[in-house]
Amino acid sequence: MSDLPTVPTAPAEAAAPRRRGGRVRVTGTDRIFLALMVIIPTVMVVGWVWLPAIASVVLSFARWSGVGGLDTIQWIGTENYKNVFTNYPPFAPALRHNVIWLVFLFVLPTLFGIFLAVLLDRELRGTRFYQTAFFLPVVLSLALIGFIWQLIYSRDQGLLNAVLGTQVDWYGDSRVNLWAVLVAAGWKHAGYIMLLYLAGLKGVDPSLREAATVDGAGQVRTFFSVVLPVMRPINIIVIVVTVIESLRAFDIVWVINKGTNGLELISTLVTANVVGEASRIGFGSALATIMLVISLVFITIFLSTVMRGERR
Amino acid sequence: MSTATATRQQATPAGTAKARRRLSPARVVLYVFVTLTALAWLFPAVWAVLNSFRDYNYTSVHGYASLGGFTFQNYLNAWEQGEFTRHFLNSLIITVPAVLLTLFLASCVAFVVARYSFRFNLTLLGLFTAANLLPQQALLIPLYRAYRSIPLPLWMSDSGQLLDSYWGLILVNVAFQTGFCTFVLSNYMKALPHEMYEAARVDGAGVPTQFFRITLPLCRPALAALATLQVTWIYNEFFWATVLMQSGAKFPITSSLNNLRGQFFTDYNLLSAGSIVIAFPVLVVFFVLQKQFVAGLTLGSTKG
Repeated sequence: MSDLPTVPTAPAEAAAPRRRGGRVRVTGTDRIFLALMVIIPTVMVVGWVWLPAIASVVLSFARWSGVGGLDTIQWIGTENYKNVFTNYPPFAPALRHNVIWLVFLFVLPTLFGIFLAVLLDRELRGTRFYQTAFFLPVVLSLALIGFIWQLIYSRDQGLLNAVLGTQVDWYGDSRVNLWAVLVAAGWKHAGYIMLLYLAGLKGVDPSLREAATVDGAGQVRTFFSVVLPVMRPINIIVIVVTVIESLRAFDIVWVINKGTNGLELISTLVTANVVGEASRIGFGSALATIMLVISLVFITIFLSTVMRGERR
Repeated sequence: MSTATATRQQATPAGTAKARRRLSPARVVLYVFVTLTALAWLFPAVWAVLNSFRDYNYTSVHGYASLGGFTFQNYLNAWEQGEFTRHFLNSLIITVPAVLLTLFLASCVAFVVARYSFRFNLTLLGLFTAANLLPQQALLIPLYRAYRSIPLPLWMSDSGQLLDSYWGLILVNVAFQTGFCTFVLSNYMKALPHEMYEAARVDGAGVPTQFFRITLPLCRPALAALATLQVTWIYNEFFWATVLMQSGAKFPITSSLNNLRGQFFTDYNLLSAGSIVIAFPVLVVFFVLQKQFVAGLTLGSTKG
């Protein structure tokens, strides 16, 4: 981290504009100014995000307690990965929980959010009220949502047990707690997706729908064969947002029990391997690298979708 | 956003006319369904608010399905026991500089990317946007280790290092959020009229003038929307504060939630009051700046 300023974008390159029809001519102090405007933020983003990400990959091939200097690092090849997959009991449940998280978020809150957006797009009276209701959880942090739902899930005083007449510890019982947490997380996610999708729907050219109606297509048919294809970029964004959110899930689980006892996630395993008493840097980095690779696949899909327009 | 608003305004007259003509049975079902769902959605929050005003001794005897025992005492107790004054102050110390710095740095990059066609523009934008989407845990280990070995003078951080300092937390938030804001702002700036810059250039305005006098004022709506969004996000940020802060007294309020758990143990009314207090700033956003928040969120997904 000490060699932060050695960033790929050298000033010479930054100040060499490819002129668009000779329109832009940058000279003197302007050059320096432009270079600084790019370099300082780039140093921040590369130094704080990309270099650590690369370092995670490098350290995943090492054994290091993290206490001594860099020369105490031992290079052990892919042993950490072998250990992750064969010799680390929490990994399989964590991976399974992340997958369940993703499938659940997608099948229920995501699709429900889209459904709500489609309903709210139909010029309902009082649509402000409805939007506001679904939007409320979106401003709350997931950590706080975990707390608020405790009033419903608590074993002794919770609302759910009072209504059902049961004695279930919804956050504590490892058979049910993942699902209880997912309902709380889905409460926020559905609202988020509803907002994104509604904004997209408002941007669909109304004449497209009118044309479909004139051609005799019903509302359902119009949605699936006209609106949905036009919404392709938003659809991809919604899918990527759902994947990234599932991979990043951490806060709500950490406030409940630090990701143990039925709530293991890859993110909590990484964290526990670093800030816990036994800090296993190489091993934790291997877990982090697995997360990184999965996320980069979807980030690439996201970027190629949103930047398609810019290439032209 | 501007195009979206325009189409909405065009669509409205025809739509409402159709709606007024008749209220078909299908539409009644629609209204009933949406209303019930909306009420169900509000319920967990309303439940928390309701119980935060009730006395624990009353509800523990009569159960929650009762009325009465209303009090304001929970709020006073929660504030005192949770040391909310200190933690709110911490959140303020972290959030305000982080948001300002994020918006400034993002504006700089967005300006260059939007106004000049350098070869690396697309790469740069990709690098920034992707950084915002990475899972934080993927960078935790090296960052944590680096924070522990980077010394800070004591007047900047009483821990003597970047770990457990406000500086460290502000910087990591800035680095993470700059990507999203750059992406949104560069799209916004690309839509600004070229002629204004031509005129300015003819008048001999350099880059600083073009940036500070022309671009930033024109971007005020986008900056306001992003500021609202970023204040909410950084205020809500939980992960970095939890791992990069060591002393409980320095935790911002969202991360101090975990410390409250022990103190609020079984008194769920007190816990509700604490939750409502912590939610208060974002509830202000929700009620007062809803438009800005939604605009900031959707600017990123729907371009223009």
